[in-house]
Amino acid sequence: MKKKANFNGNNLLLVITIVLFVVMYAIGCIVYGSKGFSQFQSFLNILIGNAGLICVTCGMTCVMITGGIDISVGSLVGLDCMILAYGMEKLHWSAITAVIVVLIVGIVFGVVQGFLIGILGIQPFIITMAGLFFARGMCAVITTEMVNVANETFKKWATIKINLPFGGYVNRRGIYMAPYIRITVVIALIVVALTFILLKFTKFGRSLYAVGGNETSAKLMGLNVKMTKMKAYILSSFLCSIGGILFCMNSMTGSVAQAKGLEMEAIASAVIGGTLLTGGVGNVIGSLFGVLITGTIDALVQFNGKLLSSWSSIAVSVLLCFFIILQAIFALIKERNKA
Amino acid sequence: MENGVVLTMRGITKTFPGVKALGGVDFTLRKGEIHALMGENGAGKSTLIKVLTGVYDFENGEIHVEGIDSPIINHSTQEAQNRGISTVYQEVNLCPNLTVAENLFIGREPKKFGLIDWKTMNKKAQQIIDDLDIGIDVTVTLENYSVALQQMVAIARAVDMESKVLILDEPTSSLDDNEVEKLFGMMNRLKEQGVGIIFVTHFLEQVYAVCDRITVLRNGELVGEYPIAELPRVELVAKMMGKNFDDLASIKDADDTCIKDELIIDANGLSHKGKIKPFDLEIHKGEVIGLTGLLGSGRSELARAIYGADKAQTGTLKVNGKEVKINAPIDAMKLGMGFLPDDRKAEGVIADLSIRENIILALQAKRGVFKLIPRKEQERLAEKYIKEIQVKTASMETPISQLSGGNQQKVIIGRWLATNPDFLILDEPTRGIDIGTKTEIQKLVVKLAKEGKSVIFISSEIEEMIRTCDRMVVLRDGMKVGEISEDITQATIMKAIAGGDSNE
Ligand SMILES: Nc1ncnc2c1ncn2[C@@H]1O[C@H](COP(=O)(O)OP(=O)(O)OP(=O)(O)O)[C@@H](O)[C@H]1O
Ligand SMILES: [Mg+2]
Repeated sequence: MKKKANFNGNNLLLVITIVLFVVMYAIGCIVYGSKGFSQFQSFLNILIGNAGLICVTCGMTCVMITGGIDISVGSLVGLDCMILAYGMEKLHWSAITAVIVVLIVGIVFGVVQGFLIGILGIQPFIITMAGLFFARGMCAVITTEMVNVANETFKKWATIKINLPFGGYVNRRGIYMAPYIRITVVIALIVVALTFILLKFTKFGRSLYAVGGNETSAKLMGLNVKMTKMKAYILSSFLCSIGGILFCMNSMTGSVAQAKGLEMEAIASAVIGGTLLTGGVGNVIGSLFGVLITGTIDALVQFNGKLLSSWSSIAVSVLLCFFIILQAIFALIKERNKA
Repeated sequence: MENGVVLTMRGITKTFPGVKALGGVDFTLRKGEIHALMGENGAGKSTLIKVLTGVYDFENGEIHVEGIDSPIINHSTQEAQNRGISTVYQEVNLCPNLTVAENLFIGREPKKFGLIDWKTMNKKAQQIIDDLDIGIDVTVTLENYSVALQQMVAIARAVDMESKVLILDEPTSSLDDNEVEKLFGMMNRLKEQGVGIIFVTHFLEQVYAVCDRITVLRNGELVGEYPIAELPRVELVAKMMGKNFDDLASIKDADDTCIKDELIIDANGLSHKGKIKPFDLEIHKGEVIGLTGLLGSGRSELARAIYGADKAQTGTLKVNGKEVKINAPIDAMKLGMGFLPDDRKAEGVIADLSIRENIILALQAKRGVFKLIPRKEQERLAEKYIKEIQVKTASMETPISQLSGGNQQKVIIGRWLATNPDFLILDEPTRGIDIGTKTEIQKLVVKLAKEGKSVIFISSEIEEMIRTCDRMVVLRDGMKVGEISEDITQATIMKAIAGGDSNE
């Protein structure tokens, strides 16, 4: 019957993202192969370095699917690290206690933001900006010094190497080097998997898409739009706090300036991964690749050794623009096809 | 509660800031009846439905549902659904970014091990869609389908909920005859199963085709409830409008033609691949041309090719005798054309703007963003069209989203009239618009023609075209197949549309 040509720009965006990652990585391998970029471990290092960001981006994706945004995540990660470091070193909490406190802080933070945005209907940008300043301010209230984590248990968690049974190589001295990941990567990938299931296979997950697609419709179809939005922000802050813990395992410090601007990296990764700024479309697999792309850019700049690290921000911002333009073009094509 | 009654509302009162939308309205719905809720645009039909289903709260009154002893108040549509009331609202109430299957099942997805079972969901959804004989793929996102199909999906969703009360608020406004037929079949089946159905429409024939009883509202007040046999059409119209009115009276004199010799539009071999095959069309100044054919026959597409909404890929177009190239609608606007699209839900209303801003929008675009129309003139235009097409509103500064559905549409018609076009394309201008205003719009078209303007008029109501058009262009399967200029009657048009099936 009247079936229109089915242009699925959203799948295409995901494909473009994955292809872009592969191409970028391949170029890296060719250019910096001699410096070891092509080794499997280099890839794993990107995962290790960005485990925290992966979790944060998962939460960001969920919020952006509803058509919202959460710019408090960078500061919250900073606050999480500070609580962990200060709690364990100055207040002598055990590692477990510190982790639990951080997770609770994340949930409470999310409940407050979610209530104001979801239930009271205030602009997400405004509320999460307030959240951004609040969390950053709280860091300074706790202490303005830099606190290093020396807690034995936490250190042990952070330094566990999980060897992979494949992809190793024999080094110059003839010793077999097994590639490894850290516990952070395992946690991050579990978060990705769970978020994927949540988004695809639960009523709550589908409600996020419905709300982002058309809020009035979602309401008229009998979905609880307010609660759905509130839960999205709780989820974001919670995943962000998990990300904060992973982040701290990498840095092993807490300081006022930590993870500044991380919210932009998370947003950029989500957008590069195919999440629409207008809401209603997005998935965590794309977001994972988004993080990998930003991570690869960082790695390439590092391997070059001569470039300033600011070049990676420039590259990410160019990519971000590119993807936003792509989104706009796809939206236009869709509009055309419909007319 | 009386026997056989599924729903009663008593003394329902609802006020919006500055507007009394409902004042003590009573409504009774019986088992196995189809009950028409009638009234002019802004009479309060949709508001009554939204109060009942928990979208709005209300100040006064009582609602009773069969099987529940105490009065009920629904606080959300979910609650209403749980109590056996399912609704298709007037505005599109689906999510374009979700698949058809999800739209059918969201909120009540089939589960396996606590997770959504997509396979079962898709299978069930395809079953529902196939039962209704709508040939669409349920795994595709809804935005890929036409408004009419989306409307059918919305109906399918409501019907599948197996409730005791089914509410349909203007479900037929974007459906073609065929789909309306399907809908009526479905409604009659449900009726036999004892479901009570509330049906809102502005098509009077449809009311008399399926309904058993009519409740009439006017200005938020109850006028009365009547069995269908006791309320003939003329009386129904009088009750709705509060005065006697013959909506079928002639609006133009046969010999009163004002067609001039000059051509305003001279199209030669225009086409757009996959939508409309090459066609020729001449339109004189002061002429009203009707485009007729089944839905999907290319009526809108022909108009869109002239206007540049779908850029013509072949052929030439002369406007006022001069050959022109139209790449986009803005070019057409600058040449003095105006186009009211049929999909006004998607292409028309800008919900956050006021009525005044919505009205001047197209004119502002035509003049260019840098030549701001002075506030005084904006107000003059807004006032003029609010009066001319009878928009029911407290003020021109009211956000358009607070108007009733039909009044929003009127504003969009005003938007195009405000550009003062020499050549105006009206695609289904009277859909969702009440009977009094329908006639008013038809008169307006005739008046424009008298002023020497030309109009393309597209409508599914043949009656309405006969009353306004000088010439009919017949379309079939994306192709112009003929013209009728003499003896325009229901019979000749129907025959031309069907296409003298002997030679096919
Ligand atoms: N959200 C709102 N805010 C303020 N006023 C409103 C709102 N919704 C409706 N109204 C007003 O309530 C009145 C009744 O509107 P309603 O939508 O019930 O009319 P209707 O009978 O459904 O008309 P139509 O046939 O055009 O759909 C109108 O005067 C309208 O302006
Ligand atoms: Mg209405």
